[in-house]
Amino acid sequence: MTKNITHRRNFLGMSVALATAAFISPMPAMADAVDFSDKTIEFVIPFGVGGGSDTWARFNAPFLSKHLPGQPTVVVKNQPGGGSITGASQFASRAKPDGLSILGTSGSTQFPYLLGDPRVKYDYKDWKVVLAAPTGGVAYISSSFGVKSLADLGKLKGQRLVYGSQGATSLDLVPLLGFRLLGLDVQHVFGMKSRGEGRLAFERGEANIDYQTTSAYLKSSLPIVQEGKAVPLFSWGATDDDGKLIRDPNFPELPHIGEAIEMVTGKKPSGTEWEAFKSFLIAGFPAQKLLVLPKGTPDNIVEAYRAAVRKMKLDPEYQAAKVEALGGYEQLTDKAGESLFKEGTTIDPKARDWVRALLEKEYNARF
Amino acid sequence: MLEAMQSAFVGLLSFQHFAYMLLGIVVGLGVGILPGLGGIAGMSLLMPFIYGMDQVSALAMLVGMVAVIPTGDTFTSVLMGIPGSSASQATVLDGFPLAKKGQAARALSAAFSASLLGGVFGALLLTGFVVVAKPLILSFTTAELFMFALLGLSVVGVLAGESIMRGVVTCGLGLMVGAIGAAPATGESRFDLGIDYLVDGVPLVIIGLGLFAIPEIADLIRRSRPIASDSGLGAGWLQGVRDTFKHWFLVLRCSALGTFIGAIPGLGGGVVDWIAYGHAVQTTKDSSNFGKGEIKGVIAPEAANNALQGGALMPTLLFGIPGSGSMAVFLGGMVLLGLQPGPSMVTTDLELTYTIAWTLAFSSIVGAAICFFLAVPIARLTFVPFNLIAPFMIMIICFAAFQARRDLTDLLVLFAVGIVGIFLRRFGWPRPAFLIGFVLSSQAENYLYQALQFYGWEFVQRPGVLIIGALTIASTLMALRSRVSEEGAVTKEARGEETDRPVIGGANKAERRPQIVFAVLLLATFLYGVMSSAPLSFLGSVFPFYTSALMVAFTGYMLMMLFVAKPGHSSHYDQELAAKVKGADDGTTVWPSVGWFVFLFSMTAVLGFIISIAIFITTFLMVRTQLGVARSLLYTGLCIAFMSTLGHYLTLDFPAGLLQHYVEMPWPLK
Repeated sequence: MTKNITHRRNFLGMSVALATAAFISPMPAMADAVDFSDKTIEFVIPFGVGGGSDTWARFNAPFLSKHLPGQPTVVVKNQPGGGSITGASQFASRAKPDGLSILGTSGSTQFPYLLGDPRVKYDYKDWKVVLAAPTGGVAYISSSFGVKSLADLGKLKGQRLVYGSQGATSLDLVPLLGFRLLGLDVQHVFGMKSRGEGRLAFERGEANIDYQTTSAYLKSSLPIVQEGKAVPLFSWGATDDDGKLIRDPNFPELPHIGEAIEMVTGKKPSGTEWEAFKSFLIAGFPAQKLLVLPKGTPDNIVEAYRAAVRKMKLDPEYQAAKVEALGGYEQLTDKAGESLFKEGTTIDPKARDWVRALLEKEYNARF
Repeated sequence: MLEAMQSAFVGLLSFQHFAYMLLGIVVGLGVGILPGLGGIAGMSLLMPFIYGMDQVSALAMLVGMVAVIPTGDTFTSVLMGIPGSSASQATVLDGFPLAKKGQAARALSAAFSASLLGGVFGALLLTGFVVVAKPLILSFTTAELFMFALLGLSVVGVLAGESIMRGVVTCGLGLMVGAIGAAPATGESRFDLGIDYLVDGVPLVIIGLGLFAIPEIADLIRRSRPIASDSGLGAGWLQGVRDTFKHWFLVLRCSALGTFIGAIPGLGGGVVDWIAYGHAVQTTKDSSNFGKGEIKGVIAPEAANNALQGGALMPTLLFGIPGSGSMAVFLGGMVLLGLQPGPSMVTTDLELTYTIAWTLAFSSIVGAAICFFLAVPIARLTFVPFNLIAPFMIMIICFAAFQARRDLTDLLVLFAVGIVGIFLRRFGWPRPAFLIGFVLSSQAENYLYQALQFYGWEFVQRPGVLIIGALTIASTLMALRSRVSEEGAVTKEARGEETDRPVIGGANKAERRPQIVFAVLLLATFLYGVMSSAPLSFLGSVFPFYTSALMVAFTGYMLMMLFVAKPGHSSHYDQELAAKVKGADDGTTVWPSVGWFVFLFSMTAVLGFIISIAIFITTFLMVRTQLGVARSLLYTGLCIAFMSTLGHYLTLDFPAGLLQHYVEMPWPLK
């Protein structure tokens, strides 16, 4: 259906273009103009069908198709394996810089890159970012501890908390490092296949601390909070245009993790541990999904994509659908997108070594 | 609630929704019939279409598709002995022998009617229980889930056939292959042989196709006859329906079993057909006919695999935790439609939930009706010489395997598993036991580790654990009591009992040599398991280490039996020799068939898939089937067109070879 629609749009677009061309015949910038008419763009997703990145791509694909010059067909191509390392590496080695192959990466692609996993055969520095899609999340704790809010966190001294984790080097590295900075004694039970399974463990009473991304939190965890069985503690926060950590616009009443650490420790967070945490935090949340173009893509193509995103964001159809699809976060391009891209894909070497050492020593990770 | 039910029902009856449901059903039957393709492939086909569709139509289409896959896949399982999807593997065991006896019609109609009843049963339970299911689902913790994995493993005793020892060892091999990849507790990579592909583990679809489809196809090519030896489908249409109703209580029990397994998140529907089959064997007094064409062996898995979907929807809708493989993709579809699963599915969105339930029930009925209608034309295929169907089947199986990771390695692993499957089949190592071990391996390990972390060893005192533990022991004892005999046919004959297997093994050591070599290789595999897991961290190694160590002992015992046991001991079983004794030996071997696979796979590595499969099909038809040039080319052309269409809608590049590495090619050749 998407295809038929885009073809139809294609046709409409072409007639409009022809009509316009008839009126304004001499076009000086023609040499630079990008035109994807009758082309098919492959939107490579290094994950399987039906996952978060896949649905994100399928949400964006028809809008890109509509707003890119020449209204090309945009198809989502899944290339799963190796937790997205395989697909992203293949893209790095094969994709041509003609604008016809684009890649959608996620935190799971960024993390092994930041950690220096030897299987990673891609370098974010080569790529040009078109779009950054943030997400957020809220951490909450079982009400059985008598903690009413973050201010009571002192009551947890000496208590053993249990968290259902997807693995030490997965996206759950963020809570692993975050809980540490808060001084919480958390036992991470690995092997959860999704955050949903982690929440199920919480609901069964096996785990007693958990976090969910925003849409899942609102849909499934908030009811538990309302029943009085869970207490929200903090959000992972969001970033402003300068990359500074601010409160999540979806949860303005909750402190973000930076504030939370400051409340608990009494100092503004800083140091290697904080720097390391912040890199993964940004890669995992504010810069969770990135749409990139391959190495060497000419500037006019990059600009064509960014222009399409700007137009897409003004599209009423997009605005109507985005709250459900993106969990209430705006997708970013241009300067804001670039600063997120940079923050979410770079790490201080010292901070990296510190995280690697921690993971090797305490969680059996091998690099 | 009643109001929601009613309006869901009315909404679904509108023409548009019904039409989309029918579309879903057609796709579902299609991917069901094609071997190896199941819910995940079907979902992937429909996904690009659902963005922008209205919610009810899209849900009707997706659910319609999921509902009928376990109905349609029966065709391939019964008529060709190749599982149409992983849900119908157990159906092969008795369905295929029935087809060979000329009772295909009876087997199919029993299967369809059981599927229909199972599907409707699952939908009814979904309707009735979804509102109250939450606390029940939450009451099954990791401790109980671990025990369920053990209970599942106990079915191996029933499926082991003649020799429990073989069953255990084959299951152990499955457990070891299932442990390939990242350890659940530590993320350490195990048994990966340094191959990146194996870090993710071996995909289930490849294990299924390799174990069941490749050996069967190799055998059918070798015999090069039509599948059915009798003339006619048999006049069993009514008989089959009557069979199902006669065994109504079995249908009910297996449907309940299927729904339950689907409803508990994490149990996974991967082995539901085997568990239902095992249940049918255990509860039948004289179980000697199973495996030779027992109609109950068809009814049980077919009722359960359709009922599974109704159950699997419960955790999917309530918690967003998929209750089966295709449900994981269904979840993605829901998100695309702007639906987040969660508690609201039984409050504000209750109507949608009932729409799903009604669609499930409707589709089961419509799907079964279409199958009845199609049965006669499709069943004619069994009278066509298999060598005419083989190239198409091989193409589909490669395509299905390639869906797993979209990597050339998919095909190589398929071939490797296929070779293992051929030998397991020949020497009577029960392949179902391998499959059960494989599926339950990571579940057993993961839940044991998690239960220990959450509860410590006290978890064994939980009432749920004790109850399931008792069931496991009962199930094992029943399996042991029912029919296992290590001494094999000879002793039975000596006791004056009837056996249909004459002396089954090699009388002298030379005849036993292939057996011995295979057992030594198994032993070496387990030794590798012991050695390579030993250096890992404690949590990463404890499960594979002890499993492999135990298997070294058991395999060692089997190997010893091959040397010292009397002829006729079950360890000596060799299909090739058995055929000789029975006078069924036609002087052929399986190797030329394997050669065809080698030809295809090695060519793919050089020329890429599409070019290779074209050459393969044409060559096969001309050389082996002895078709004329024109017809061979026409056949090939149709196959390539079909493949390209599917590939186009799934947005995939076919496996590339060296050629594509050097030369730029247009799609689909690239």
